Amino acid sequence: MNKMMSNKWIIALYMLPALLLLALIIYIPIVLTGYYGLNDWNGIKAMTFVGLENYKELIGDKAFWSSALHSLLLALFSCLSLILYLAVSLVLASKIKGANTLRKIYLIPMLLSSVAIAQLWLKIYHPSNGLINIFLEKLGVVNTPEWLANTDIVLFAIFLPILWQYAGFYILIYYAALKGVPKEVEEAATIDGATAWQIAYRIKVPLITEVLKVTLVLAMVGSLKYFDLIYVMTGGGPNGASEVMASYMYRIAFKSFDFGYASAVSFFLLLICLVVTWLIRALTASKEQIQY
Amino acid sequence: MKTQKMIVLLFLILTVVLAGCSSSNGGSNGSAEGNNQNESNSANPDPTSADEKVTINFMHLWPEGVSTAQNKVVNDIIKQYQDEHPNVTIKLEVLDNEQYKNKLKVLSTSNTLPDVGVTWAAGFLQPYVEGGLFASLDDLLGNGLGDQFVAGTTDAFQVDGSTYGVPLEFNIAPIYYNKEIFANHNLEVPTTYDEFLNVVQTLVDNGVTPIALGNKDRWTGSLWYMYLADRIAGQEVFSNALAGKDTYMQDSLLQAAGEVQNLVNLNAFNKGFNGLSNDEGKADFYNEAAAMYLMGTWELANFTANEEIPQEFKDKVGFFKFPVVSGGKGDANSWVGGPGVGLFVAENSPVKEQAKQFVAYFVEKWGEKAVTDAGVIPATKVDTSSVELADLYVELFNEMNNATSITLYADVQLEAEAAEVHLNQIQALFGNAATPEQFSEAHEQAIKK
Repeated sequence: MNKMMSNKWIIALYMLPALLLLALIIYIPIVLTGYYGLNDWNGIKAMTFVGLENYKELIGDKAFWSSALHSLLLALFSCLSLILYLAVSLVLASKIKGANTLRKIYLIPMLLSSVAIAQLWLKIYHPSNGLINIFLEKLGVVNTPEWLANTDIVLFAIFLPILWQYAGFYILIYYAALKGVPKEVEEAATIDGATAWQIAYRIKVPLITEVLKVTLVLAMVGSLKYFDLIYVMTGGGPNGASEVMASYMYRIAFKSFDFGYASAVSFFLLLICLVVTWLIRALTASKEQIQY
Repeated sequence: MKTQKMIVLLFLILTVVLAGCSSSNGGSNGSAEGNNQNESNSANPDPTSADEKVTINFMHLWPEGVSTAQNKVVNDIIKQYQDEHPNVTIKLEVLDNEQYKNKLKVLSTSNTLPDVGVTWAAGFLQPYVEGGLFASLDDLLGNGLGDQFVAGTTDAFQVDGSTYGVPLEFNIAPIYYNKEIFANHNLEVPTTYDEFLNVVQTLVDNGVTPIALGNKDRWTGSLWYMYLADRIAGQEVFSNALAGKDTYMQDSLLQAAGEVQNLVNLNAFNKGFNGLSNDEGKADFYNEAAAMYLMGTWELANFTANEEIPQEFKDKVGFFKFPVVSGGKGDANSWVGGPGVGLFVAENSPVKEQAKQFVAYFVEKWGEKAVTDAGVIPATKVDTSSVELADLYVELFNEMNNATSITLYADVQLEAEAAEVHLNQIQALFGNAATPEQFSEAHEQAIKK
């Protein structure tokens, strides 16, 4: 076995099938999308090369920048909510009663499909017989909000289920990481008189920084390219008030039939995601791994 | 020895991967053979010779379970056709509405459209025709089939004077109302817009939602706007503005847009309509929480044949024409409506002639069965005396015959990009996020583009 793995050719051969598949369904389409973005194309007629015309249009496209702002807001909220998830995991990972059951409950949204979650929340947000508004009416609120129709609140109304959807995922990651923190360190700290807060903040969190960085990248990139719930629940409406970059791209491609411009948008989206990932890696880079 | 084993294993894996890829290769080989066969076909002067085996691929959008009645009618017609033409096999592919649209788009990029498929009119059809993907059906219509259609219904499928699709459905949009709710509040069916506003006001005062609307889908609100534009500006002015023949910045169109916001501010529509889909919005009408509902005649089946809806409710449903606005240029017999979906034949189909014959047969049979079996109003003339029909149908057929003009849905009429602007602006207008001026200006720019 060792002898075989030392042969570079064999290694290359083994990599080949996966590499071919990846190239075929990911890398080549990305390059093609980049090329389509340089063309005026409605998906049917022959393409005409227009150079950077689409990107010029993109820079001046207010609707795109408002959707980009919404995506950034979602990314910001996702990152902030990571703190909450970390707090929940810290509690779960300490020895409290029922931690096991709670952990499973938090994971339930992860098991539901996006469309099911969307339908569920559509019912909850229903303006006249939804759960929230009925509750508010019972409390005596007269003008209950129109959650998904009011352009001022629709974006935040939709963020809530998105954050809820992924809570279990991050909690699970943090929980697993925290369980990996050696018991001895914690015990030693307790003997030295450290409080629970100090143990969490000074010992556990620093020990899982690498995991924190990964989840930060996941949350950022995941939010920037987010699509499902928004598409099902509002379709980006009313009038673009809940549009994000991915739903905007879909709308241009499949509703306005402007595939050239949509390709430019999606390529731009890819660039943004790459830059953001690189930025996070660069900003959070530490020279040495913390060890106790 | 071990190395050899591993290499064998590796080749096994590679073969599996290649086999996975090759199924699509096999497919394209197959169609290439089909093309070869086609070449020999076209050499044959008589394409309909009975002994020749022909397969026609047909893609439609009435899946079983979603559009059960239509699905059954289609299957019946196909079975009948195959029985009468034993050499022809119809191969079906059925998709849901939105998926259908996307798939058609994808297939057209690789120029592998089905021989026969379903298309929408005007703005949807145009890029396909310009791309040379749809075959002209002029010969078919000139061959007697044209006379069977209700006058004007095939116009929306024309591009530069040639017809590229034959319509299957034809609809107009009346306002349905709940007779019981009207009676409870001593309301008469309004014939003028002032009376209509009075009805709305009375219902609001009594805590009843006047109108059920789900404007997340946007074309639903567009119907309301279109009628007001039609009644105030008149059919001709409105059509010209939509077609870009005249400016959109007209006082009468501004007034129509303003009137929409007036209705919104009167609380004429159900709460949160901009966030509700058509299905959610119309639930208020079906639950008898709302008194009126403006929708196309495709909804009729629910008020007549559909067995899942209680008879007591069906008996309460009536309809009226959109009222006339005093001082406006439109008249009460002018409708918003138009052909729904139609059939196309692919230009590069290897069995084009046979496909056309199938389309002609299909349209004819569809016309006979659609109303009675599926509650769909066909674009072909219906002999109301020979079939047993519910009163609502008969009344609406009469209205159709008396129609002075029928304005095609704005989002169908406009090209895709302008249609998107129109639909978004509708949501903005209804949500008071755009003024009538901004609304008209956005249209002016999008249409002139």
